[in-house]
Amino acid sequence: MRNTFAQTFYEAAREDPRLCVVVADISPAGAMDKLRTEFPERFINTGVAEQIMIGMCAGMALRGLKPFAYTIATFALFRPFEFVRDDLCYQNLPVTVVGIGGGVTYSTLGATHHAQEDVAIACAVPNLRVIAPCDPAETRAATRWCIAQEQGPVYLRLGKAGEPDLSSGAADPFEFGKLRFLKRGADLCILGYGPALKVALQIAERAQPRGVSASVVSVHTLKPLDEAGIAAVLTSHRRVVVLEEMAPRGGLGDAVKRIAWDSQSRCRIECFSLQDEFIHCYGKHEELLAAHGFSPAAILRKLDM
Amino acid sequence: MAKTWQAPLAAFDAAAARARCLGYRRRILDISQRVGALHAAPAFSCMEMADVIYHGLMRRGNPTEFHDLFLMSKGHGCMTQYVILEELGILASAELERYCTAEGILGAHPDRGNPGIEASTGSLGHGLGIAVGMAYAERLKRSDRQVYVMLSDGELQEGSSWEAAMMAGNLRLDNLNLFLDLNDFSGLERMSETHTAFYPVREKFEAFGWEALAVNGHDAQAVHAAAAARRGQRPFALIGKTVKGRGVAFMENVPIWHYRSPNKEEYAIAIRDLAEVSS
Repeated sequence: MRNTFAQTFYEAAREDPRLCVVVADISPAGAMDKLRTEFPERFINTGVAEQIMIGMCAGMALRGLKPFAYTIATFALFRPFEFVRDDLCYQNLPVTVVGIGGGVTYSTLGATHHAQEDVAIACAVPNLRVIAPCDPAETRAATRWCIAQEQGPVYLRLGKAGEPDLSSGAADPFEFGKLRFLKRGADLCILGYGPALKVALQIAERAQPRGVSASVVSVHTLKPLDEAGIAAVLTSHRRVVVLEEMAPRGGLGDAVKRIAWDSQSRCRIECFSLQDEFIHCYGKHEELLAAHGFSPAAILRKLDM
Repeated sequence: MAKTWQAPLAAFDAAAARARCLGYRRRILDISQRVGALHAAPAFSCMEMADVIYHGLMRRGNPTEFHDLFLMSKGHGCMTQYVILEELGILASAELERYCTAEGILGAHPDRGNPGIEASTGSLGHGLGIAVGMAYAERLKRSDRQVYVMLSDGELQEGSSWEAAMMAGNLRLDNLNLFLDLNDFSGLERMSETHTAFYPVREKFEAFGWEALAVNGHDAQAVHAAAAARRGQRPFALIGKTVKGRGVAFMENVPIWHYRSPNKEEYAIAIRDLAEVSS
């Protein structure tokens, strides 16, 4: 996802001289290095200093440029949070804050590097749109949308590297603010975002031989949330499962339950997320997810599949 | 790199500045009688420097806006900015009459979108970073715009201010001009007594690659001369030694006036004693 973002951004930056990237001491992966070489003035490294990364983006946007702030998600959103809130969101400036390694992607680095509450926090701030694509192709589409828009700030939550393709057989194209059906079914619907949707496709596969037809939906836009789309899902399916590599409060699961209550849905809803705790576990990404009770095996077991 | 721009030395009339600042102080005291609080003392300490920026340094693009850019990073000093913008005809007097009322547009911190306001400040330690981004953008656009930003000494306690100062030095932003209102008081107390490591200030900026000069911040002529004589090629910090509450004797160096408005009797004394300030 990181390389796809960099390639997409680089291609656009060659055409649009207003596009700049402001990083805080993160290595320029993939095409980001080409951007740095070809347009050194538009690749700005503030060093290990995230408040000025966001502050500079605000000043540059105020003067007509289109800056992207780019670093590890915890340092893109948590460390300079009040700068994101006041400088970007209060002033409603078209700046995209790219958070690399959403969730527990940085699985060997400890909880200091786990962006496990980022979606809840970002969604709470007025004017901030929140997008979490599920795979490289969706990252490309989301990045293009961020590049094209001039309305206000965006938090773009990405994984890191090696995410599998989940969307090449999708029923729908990426459309900002709309649910995207990767697969259409009739009985069970799995809603989720980010690379965690890989588990959703596994669930759908297991369900099929049991005569259960499953939909898989990428809820890539967490804010504004496609509430009408979710209400429709709650009407058209008997059972809804929500998957998110995020804290259990303030995310998609809570939103789906609220929409269900407001629309008097009788649908059965089961939510899976990370735990409300900092875990002291170091290993592969899958091992960290398992330590949070968010492994495919644990989810399938709880779903009785 | 050549010096981008130099203010005309002879063009600044310090006597006229003193008269304007007397008028600004009176206007602020008048408005203070309609609201519970308006940060009079921190507005008074940065007054002469703000007047020099608007009247002696920034170039006007058209009747309603300046070519150069100004940010009141110490957002609580915005009353000074409001009365200057009013005097310049950019901000309507009717809006100052509606200050801090639900019918108006002006609050106790600057709000972007209001006439003459480039950025929303108020939370301290934000303005310099935004100014660095603005100055960098103007450089990228090959524009000759200068960026002026007014900071308080209190907000230099914010680490973010030093992140911004360091980055401005790294980028050698010669179109960035910082004016520091060194009135020695944060909200609570006298910094030279309680936060002694904050001093010296000028040397800190110099160590970060800035050109820095210290002058009496209430001496408009000296402020203008120092800013106009900057050498260029580096970001510039003018450290104005000021007095919090300057111009109203009972407010000077008394922390309560950071926020409080004078009552009727205090207002009468302040108006009676108001005089031109030259140092």
